[in-house]
Parts: sequence; C-alpha cells; structure tokens
Amino acid sequence: MASVADFAQAQAPVYHQERPAKSGLVDWLTTVDHKKIGILYGSAGLFWLLIGGLEALLFRLQLAKPDQDLFIGTQYNGLVTMHATTMVFLAVMPMIAGFSNYFVPLMIGARDVAFPRLNAFSWYTFLFGSLVINASVVFAHFPAGGWTGYAPLSTRAYGNDGMDFWWAGLVLLAISSMVAGVNFVVTILNMRAPGMTLMRVPVLAWMMLVIQFLLAFSFPPVAVGLIFLAFDRTFGSVFYEAAMGGDPHLWQHLFWLFGHPEVYVLILPSMGIVSEVLPVFARRPLFGQHAVIFSGVFIGFVGFGVWGHHMFTAGMGPIADAVFAATTAVIAIPTGVKIFNWLGTLWGGKLTFPVPMLFAISFIPMFTIGGLSGVMHANAPLDLQQHDSYFVVAHFHYVLVGGALQGLFSGIYFYFPKMTGKMMSEGLGKAHFWLFLIGMNLTFWPMHDLGNRGMPRRIYTYPADAGWNFDNLLGTAGVFFMAAGTLLMVYNIFNSMKNGKDSGRDPWDANTLEWMTDSPPPAHNFDFTPVVFSERPLFDHKHSEDLAIPVPHEAEQIHMPSYSWKPLVVASGALLVIIGLLLFHVAPMLWLISVAGALTVVVGIYQWVTEPV
Amino acid sequence: MSAELATAAGHDASHVDHGDHGHLSAENNFLGLPNIKLAMWAFLGSECMFFGSLIGTYFFYHGKSLAGKLPTEVFSITITSISTFLLLMSSMTMALAVDATRLKRLSSARAYILATAALGATFVGFQVYEFSEFVHEGLTLSTSLFGSTFFVMTGFHGAHVTVGVIWLTMLSIMISNGKLNKERSPITVESAGLYWHFVDIVWIVIFTFVYLLEFIK
Repeated sequence: MASVADFAQAQAPVYHQERPAKSGLVDWLTTVDHKKIGILYGSAGLFWLLIGGLEALLFRLQLAKPDQDLFIGTQYNGLVTMHATTMVFLAVMPMIAGFSNYFVPLMIGARDVAFPRLNAFSWYTFLFGSLVINASVVFAHFPAGGWTGYAPLSTRAYGNDGMDFWWAGLVLLAISSMVAGVNFVVTILNMRAPGMTLMRVPVLAWMMLVIQFLLAFSFPPVAVGLIFLAFDRTFGSVFYEAAMGGDPHLWQHLFWLFGHPEVYVLILPSMGIVSEVLPVFARRPLFGQHAVIFSGVFIGFVGFGVWGHHMFTAGMGPIADAVFAATTAVIAIPTGVKIFNWLGTLWGGKLTFPVPMLFAISFIPMFTIGGLSGVMHANAPLDLQQHDSYFVVAHFHYVLVGGALQGLFSGIYFYFPKMTGKMMSEGLGKAHFWLFLIGMNLTFWPMHDLGNRGMPRRIYTYPADAGWNFDNLLGTAGVFFMAAGTLLMVYNIFNSMKNGKDSGRDPWDANTLEWMTDSPPPAHNFDFTPVVFSERPLFDHKHSEDLAIPVPHEAEQIHMPSYSWKPLVVASGALLVIIGLLLFHVAPMLWLISVAGALTVVVGIYQWVTEPV
Repeated sequence: MSAELATAAGHDASHVDHGDHGHLSAENNFLGLPNIKLAMWAFLGSECMFFGSLIGTYFFYHGKSLAGKLPTEVFSITITSISTFLLLMSSMTMALAVDATRLKRLSSARAYILATAALGATFVGFQVYEFSEFVHEGLTLSTSLFGSTFFVMTGFHGAHVTVGVIWLTMLSIMISNGKLNKERSPITVESAGLYWHFVDIVWIVIFTFVYLLEFIK
C-alpha cells in the first residue's frame, strides 16, 4: 500500500525553461504560471469582495430606518449598481477564475493551461476592466444605471457619466472571459493526464468545463449589447432611441441571453467545490457522480434557453412567456438531482465537520431555499407579482450568497493548505461560518417578507408607516455579521500563511490528483506524469496493492513556458483602445489614443508569436 | 481489479511518451488534436454568437426604421457582388496556402497568403467605398435603425476582415524572416485559414440575407 509520503521524492523541482523565471515583482508581472495567475485572480476577487461588501453596508445603512438621507437618489443608485457589478464581475467571477486557474490543471494532471501567455492576458484584461469601472468614481460618478444597465436607462439621455466607464470596463471583462473560456475548454478537453477519461475528470473540473463554454458563448451577446450602447452614447447611433423606433426589449434580450448563463457561471463552480468537499469529509465516494456531472452539463445547455424569465413583465407575449416558464421549470430537475446526490453522499457517511465541510453542508439548504423561490419565479403569472420586489432580491441572494459564495468559502478553507502548505485556523474559521450563516439569514430571510408586503427593489427610502421598518433593520444588522465573518476569514488567511501549522501534501485524506503533489505544488506541478485509473486516482494509490509509484521524469523531459512581458503589453494596448473610445465624446481627437493602442496590440502580438517559449 | 488496472495501464502508457517534450502543449494531447486547432474552433463558436447577435439585431429592427433611406434605395447589388466574389476567391487562395504549407513549399504558401491578404484588403476597400456612398446618399449611423444596425453589423465584419489581413501579413513576414519554419507552418497557417473561411462564411450569410433577400418581391 503506497502512502502519499511515498510520492515525496527527495529531489529538487526539475524542469527547464528557455528563459528562467525572474524574481520578485517582475516575476508577478510576467508570470505565465497558472498557479500564480490563480493567486492573482483570487486575491483580486477577495479585495473586490470586501469593496462590494462595503458598498452594500453603506446602502444598508441608508435603508436601516425609514426616511433617512445618507445616500439618496443617484448616490444610492450608484452604490447598488456598483455593489452588484462588483460582486458579480469583480468578486465572484475572479474567485472562480482563481480556483479554475490554480486547480484545474492540477486536478487533470497537466503542467499548465493550454495557452499560458493567453491566460496571463486574460488576467490583465480582467484587472484593467475592474480598474476602469471603478475609475468612474475618481473621474466622474459611480455608474447608476443598475447592474443590468437597461437601455434606454443607460443611454446618454438618462444614464449618468459613470455608465461610460461601466460599458468600457465590461467590454474588457467580456474579452477576458471569452479568451479564458476558450483557453480552459482546450485545457480540460486536451491536457488531461493519461487515463483521465471524461468520466474520470473531477466534478469541480467538469463544472469548470461547463462554465467555460458558457463564458465563451454567452459573453458575445452582451458584448454586442454593450457595443450598441457605446455607439449610442459616443457616435450617435440610435439602437436604443425610442423616438427613432428603438425597442427597449433589444437590450433586455441581449443582456439576459448573457445574464442567465452567467448565473450558472456563478453557481456551477460552487456546486463543483461542494461535490469535491462532501465525499472527502463523508468518507464516501460522491453518490451518483455521473448523474451530478450530466446534471451540470444539462444545466449549462438549458441555461441558454431560459433568459426570457427575466422579462415576463416586459410584454413578450403569451407564447414566449409559456416557453420560458417551461424551460425554467425544467432546470429544477437537474438541480434537484444534484441536491439529492449530495444528500446521498452524506447518508451513512462517517462525517467530520471541519470548516470546509460546514460551508459545504450549509450550502445545500441555503441554495435550496434560493432554488425553491427560483421555481416560484418560473411561474409567469406569479412572477408578475414578485417582479422587482424584495422577494426577488431575497431569491438571488440566497442563490448567490448562500450558494455561490458559501461554496467558494468552502473551497478557500479546503484548498488553502494546498496553495500554501499551511492549515487555516479551525476556530477562526468556525467563527466565520456561524457569523456568516446567521448574518445572511438575518439579512435575506426578511426580504421574502418585505417583498410579499410590497417593498420594491431599488428605492432609496420608504415611509415609516409602510410596515417595513423591522425587516429592514434586521437586514442591516445582518450585514455586520457577514462583514465580521468575512474579515475574520481575511485575517485567518494572512495569519495562517505565517503561523499556520504545516499541512503536508494531503491533509484531508482526499481523492484527487492535486493532493498527490507538494503543498504548494512546484512550478511544474508533478515530478512524474500521473496515470489515472478511476475517478479517484489518489484514493487508488493509497488503497491499491497493484499500483506502482510513478517514476519521476528527468529534468530535461519537463519543459516549462518562460516568463513573458507580452501579455501585459497586448492587454495594455487593448486598454488604450478602450480608453480612447471612452474619451471620444469628451474630445474627438482623443481617438488617437485608440490608434496608439491598436498599434501596441499589433506589435505586441507579433512579438508574442515570435518570442521563443 | 488488478487485471483491469493492468490493462488500463498498458493502454494508458502508450499516451505517456507521445509527442515532443520540447513543447508543453504536446505533452498531453488527449483528443489527438492540436491545442491551437481546438482553440480556434471554440473561438469561432464564440464568434458565431457574436455575429449571430449582430445579424439578429439587424432583423429584429428590419422594417422598423421611422426615417431615412430604405435598404433597396441604397444597396448596389452589382458593386457588392463584385466584392463578394473577391472575398470568395480569397477563400480559395487561403486553401491553396494551407495546401502549400503541407507540401512544405513555403515560398508559394507565402505568395498565396499575400494574395489572400490583398483580396481581403480589396474587399475592405470596397466596403469603405460603399459606406462613403451610403453616407453621401444620406444614410448615416444616426439616420435610422437601418443605418445603425447596418453600419455596425457590416463594420464589425469589415473589422474582422481587417484583422485577418493583418494576421496574414504577419504570417508572410514570419515566413520571410524564418520565424515560421516548415514544421510549424501547416498548423499555424491552417489556424489563420479557419478564421479566414469563417469570416468569409459570415459574409455569405450577410450578403444573402441582408442584401439579396431585400430584392425578392
């Protein structure tokens, strides 16, 4: 019986590079290592999570009591717009990108992603996009058109100057996501270790594969919608001009054709994380692994056919309403399959309850609450009542906070030892868990009630006699619990990096390939090429007499990609193109910035393709 | 169990040492398809959604313009047919370029690549002429829904052709200065070819549905 320790060959990391990695800041600027890029994405995601949380805290203070005037009108609209934009695009998505960057290649036994420099390019376009959106508060105002940016509310006539930064930043984020989508589709399909057939790919990597397809295919429609918006705001086109015959449905279709698959982009990775965490701490294989995988794929497919359920009140007509109601209700089936499979995994297991398991278990009921109110919204007549009320706010926060975010928290506690070689503090983690669970239910549960009693979304205050006072006060109180919990986690991360106890390779006695290598893994991930015989390759190694310990490669057999400045150069060019377009309406001569940017992109790409790797 | 494992190991071991260890991408190549080719197909799928949204919007707004010229009043089928023919011919020269790389004839590949780029650039020239004619006749981005949807849709197609021309020019430079050798050239040129044919097909869709169908009474 081979123990994990047997894989710890007493040898230094061996690989060769055309140009060996630099050190320090230059290394972080020029790295193409998927693990470092994953850390960059994850750190940026955590940073924006705190900013997005702060924005929520501010407008919850405004709503704590009736008739307040802390943040009113456009200020309030700016805060809610940026809260949602930040949480969706700048917090949860990069945290997902962090996990997919760091762990997908490890889970499938690859040395890196298919296109390491393209991966660095995705990171930089994401970073620049996030900075452009937030630059609005420095150079103009927070965009205040809502995170859905409904045109004509976001056009020059009705939207404020921040919406320019909003479309510009989102176009960069769209480029980043589409490029990353293509890159990871190829990585997961083509870079798997020998023997890792599709049905042996870990569920988390599978869910990442599904969302990469969603990213690659759902971002183009919203990119087109944003381009139309940019043309309307900058070059005087009339896509969204009602006076010229423009139809407000156009934006809604283009946005939600992206927006609904995007919802699954946010939740499927957390479902993947839960599917990895539950089996480890229940000491059982995942119940119905294939069903869980196919359910995720089914959700991905059908996710493209449900966008109209955001538009039941927009007047699409009874046939469209009926079709979208039916497709939306159908999504409940694969989701239910997953929930019962997770319960089946827990049933009869030898459960232990470290922090990742706590978050994973609490994911199930919290997500189910959000899922059930989601099925209610599938019912078009019922949705007419709930639309634009706090009931909807309660629904998507149970899905995104109770679901997506709790899943990601579970992943952070679960994978931190692999990324750093240190354990996180269990005590602080448990405090985080309970604070967060109590806080989110304090905030979001009363919102069901508020919605039922008629409180609309996106109003900055309410009269004292509306009967909404107590629920709103509870909601504001809950935010402090969530904030405290999240800050504890951030402290825990920094503290554990210094003071955590060593984790070794496989602290949780886990099943998949990433736990087979060092913590943190060497630049080349594995000294050997892993060969896979089942969906639990490490479990096989630990429990089978027959499996030989893999033989490490010789140094010259492992070639790693060299550092490169080119992704930064090309992404900077793209940034300049966008800035030129963003400033065009200020002074048309500034389009020369775009020309400079385009030249930078062309020259950068030529150097990119001709530099030796 | 052990027999099954052994069989699996025997089968799987054949994968391990395949390929060129000098290239990361070749180390694991599960589908037996080069990464770059798979990436191009995924990217073109994404592009289908992009042009699908642009063309879909054109038809969503078709006939709903409240002012300005109608399509039949500005389209010149003769001119556009000529430019369409040139673009179709460029797909042929592109295919010949890919074929030449497979036969390891790099200098003739370069000639075909340059011919493709020249045909593409001519197509873009026609488009610039067409746009300026339309503006001359009073159809601009701001005139009507037709103006907005037409110029943005065909403009983004023209931008894609322009990107293709730059891409092909780069490839011909790389062949000239030896940055693209005989071994790498087939897959590199074929990838550019996939993009080029795709952009060509998008134009066939636009030419058929946006231009020709307009004249069916």
